[in-house]
Amino acid sequence: MSEDKKEIDEVSGVDTTGHEWDGIKELNNPMPRWWVYTFIVCVIWGFAYQFYYPSWPLINDFYHGAGGETQREKVHAELAVIAQERNQYAQRMATMDIAAIRNDSSLSIYAREGGEAAFGDNCAPCHGTGAAGFVGYPNLNDDEWIWGGSLDEIQTTINYGIRGVHEDTRLNDMPAFLRDELLERQEIDDLTTYVEGLTDSSIRSTSATQELFIDNCSTCHGEDGKGIREFGAPDLTDAISLYVTDRDSIVDIISYSRGGVMPSWNGRLDEATIKSLAIYVHTLGGGE
Amino acid sequence: MADDKKNAKTPPSDASHQKIERAKVEAVNKAADRSLYAPRKKIHPQRTKGKFRTLKWFMMVFTLGIYYLAPWIRWDRGEGMPDQAILIDIAGGRFYFFVIEIWPQEVYYVTGLMIMGGIALFLVTSTAGRMWCGYSCPQTIWTDLFLVVERFFEGERNARIKLDKSKWTFDKLFKRLAKHTVWIIIALITGGAWVFYFSDAPTLVNQLITNTASFDAYLWIGLLAAFTYVFGGIAREQVCTYMCPWPRIQAVMMDEESLAVMYRYDRGEPRGPHKKDETWDGRGDCVQCRQCMVVCPMGIDIREGLQLECIQCSLCIDACNNIMNKIGRPEGLIAYDSLKNFERRKDGGKNIFRIIRPRTVIYSAILLIVSTVMLYALMNRSEIDVNILRDRNPLFVQLSNGDIRNGYTIKIMNKSEEEKKYSIGINGINNSEISAEGINDYNESGAPIIIVGRDKLRSIKLFIAAPKNDLQGDSTEITFTTSELEGTAQDIQMTTFKGPK
Repeated sequence: MSEDKKEIDEVSGVDTTGHEWDGIKELNNPMPRWWVYTFIVCVIWGFAYQFYYPSWPLINDFYHGAGGETQREKVHAELAVIAQERNQYAQRMATMDIAAIRNDSSLSIYAREGGEAAFGDNCAPCHGTGAAGFVGYPNLNDDEWIWGGSLDEIQTTINYGIRGVHEDTRLNDMPAFLRDELLERQEIDDLTTYVEGLTDSSIRSTSATQELFIDNCSTCHGEDGKGIREFGAPDLTDAISLYVTDRDSIVDIISYSRGGVMPSWNGRLDEATIKSLAIYVHTLGGGE
Repeated sequence: MADDKKNAKTPPSDASHQKIERAKVEAVNKAADRSLYAPRKKIHPQRTKGKFRTLKWFMMVFTLGIYYLAPWIRWDRGEGMPDQAILIDIAGGRFYFFVIEIWPQEVYYVTGLMIMGGIALFLVTSTAGRMWCGYSCPQTIWTDLFLVVERFFEGERNARIKLDKSKWTFDKLFKRLAKHTVWIIIALITGGAWVFYFSDAPTLVNQLITNTASFDAYLWIGLLAAFTYVFGGIAREQVCTYMCPWPRIQAVMMDEESLAVMYRYDRGEPRGPHKKDETWDGRGDCVQCRQCMVVCPMGIDIREGLQLECIQCSLCIDACNNIMNKIGRPEGLIAYDSLKNFERRKDGGKNIFRIIRPRTVIYSAILLIVSTVMLYALMNRSEIDVNILRDRNPLFVQLSNGDIRNGYTIKIMNKSEEEKKYSIGINGINNSEISAEGINDYNESGAPIIIVGRDKLRSIKLFIAAPKNDLQGDSTEITFTTSELEGTAQDIQMTTFKGPK
């Protein structure tokens, strides 16, 4: 291909670039003008952008840009706006009674949505994202409330926890009948059969075992085994159990006792968040 | 303007038909030297008179009238509802069109409307070519409107060409400034009218005057004003030729019987200047006056045949007919004609205009079917819409009495114009109990009664509990029946009830 001479394409009358593939030569058509203009504008834009925004790394610093604007600051500003908006609700909620909050149409929506978010952050690790719980961690969707399922009771539980470090924490302690040598193995075995019989009518127990139950368990669980809320002693006759999966686990609980710990959130979460959480948890299964 | 008269007869005719103007003009968009990379040559269409020009004036007033005035039509919908006849309420998620009110999930009505618009366009195109482009396309209408302004300030075609070539004088500066100012005002009003469709028009006008309107309103007015100004004032025919896909698409809708604006070369050729009292034998009717090119807003020569650039505005028909009347030849050298008619005339036949052809019949049938379906759907539009969402986490809850409970969120949309009470019943599980959160009103069979405000959506959490023995395995089919208490509206939704395996 000669360097100095233009090669004109016969058909179009346009000179070629000299590039050839399989006998097809590339025409040297000019760029469309709109394209050239757009390109020039883009180049100018590029320089202006570098000038206005933080762009170049320097040795110990970076070029901060003529606009002095960063996305980090924008995020901070936007977060401040959100915090301010939330604050209006939070301040009202901190002073209001929890039942009044639930009856306030706009606050109850805020509380429920905020409660759901706070639940995901703070409660879901133990209770599960859907609050269905695990063995040892109660399901908050069902209708058994060991420590009470009213709005106020739930709020108290969240505030002070269960077997926690707060002085107002909910506290109980089931004796470990075998470890503390309160009962013999055989007696524990009989008691287990009795407890099984509370939910399964096909399992019968002797009146001696019933007496054993009344002597040792009824103080907290009641003579009928339906539990006593003030002591946080669960109902042994219903279909829900926190720990029991089979006979062995009942033997285990009587022998060595069980009791989970829920932290107290008072001081770790603010008043409005705790009230939101209580309202949210109350809606999960309808509360009490 | 004063310049008009002076330039009216230039360049002078060399022929003896003193009455007709003869333009020395080349088609700006000549097929021969059409290049992809050539800079645009400005087109200066001359105004013409005639029936098509009158029709186009009417169409301009009619379509612009609808566009500018429609948002101002009021329509009483009662307390608390917008009283604008046509309103697209984005924030509220409603589209109001007189008696019709459409919710976002009913957007298929709009889809249907678009299909109807599309088919109608096919039908018109297959019948009489680019009627849409020529008479009702916004690009054509606004370009026409901008030309009116241009003519008012800068005069008729020849004066405008002269002004273009002249040096910058105070007079030229004034004319140009005045023209662009009026263009920008029209553009702003155009953009302004658009936002009125999305907001209450009188309120928005007030906000715009007091400068308190939302940023979005200014943004859209600015955007649309810019596009109107650029498309109508500057880009003009380039929009149709280079940007619009429609000229390319419509070729497939036309056949040899489709009407189109055409130069009847069989009558016009051989063309050439003609002296008065000269014989017309052995020559065509085209006297080379080039008036068809002078008036063409697309800058083409219609005598070169059907072209992509031609928007078929029919102004060349008017221009040619005027000349034909002056030289005493019959009208219709340029006319709506079909390709088939050229063949018919060649074979000695007469013109036949076949409007009813398989193609137009099929398009009409589709249009009829779609509009019937649409009308039926609209007439039988349900006033209630229900969605059921089953809780997925947890799937089910074990209750203390041994029952299994599932949670559902029910969303009831009341699309009627008054507050309604609905009862929610379930079928598919024996001995089931239903309870609704926050609802204290239940009927004798235990179904909750839910009140939904007029034109509102209400979301309610429902709990259904059932004994384990009444479940069919881990998934039981159930139906929710939502019935209006004092009415006939009913909605049935299928879902499942989950239980342990």
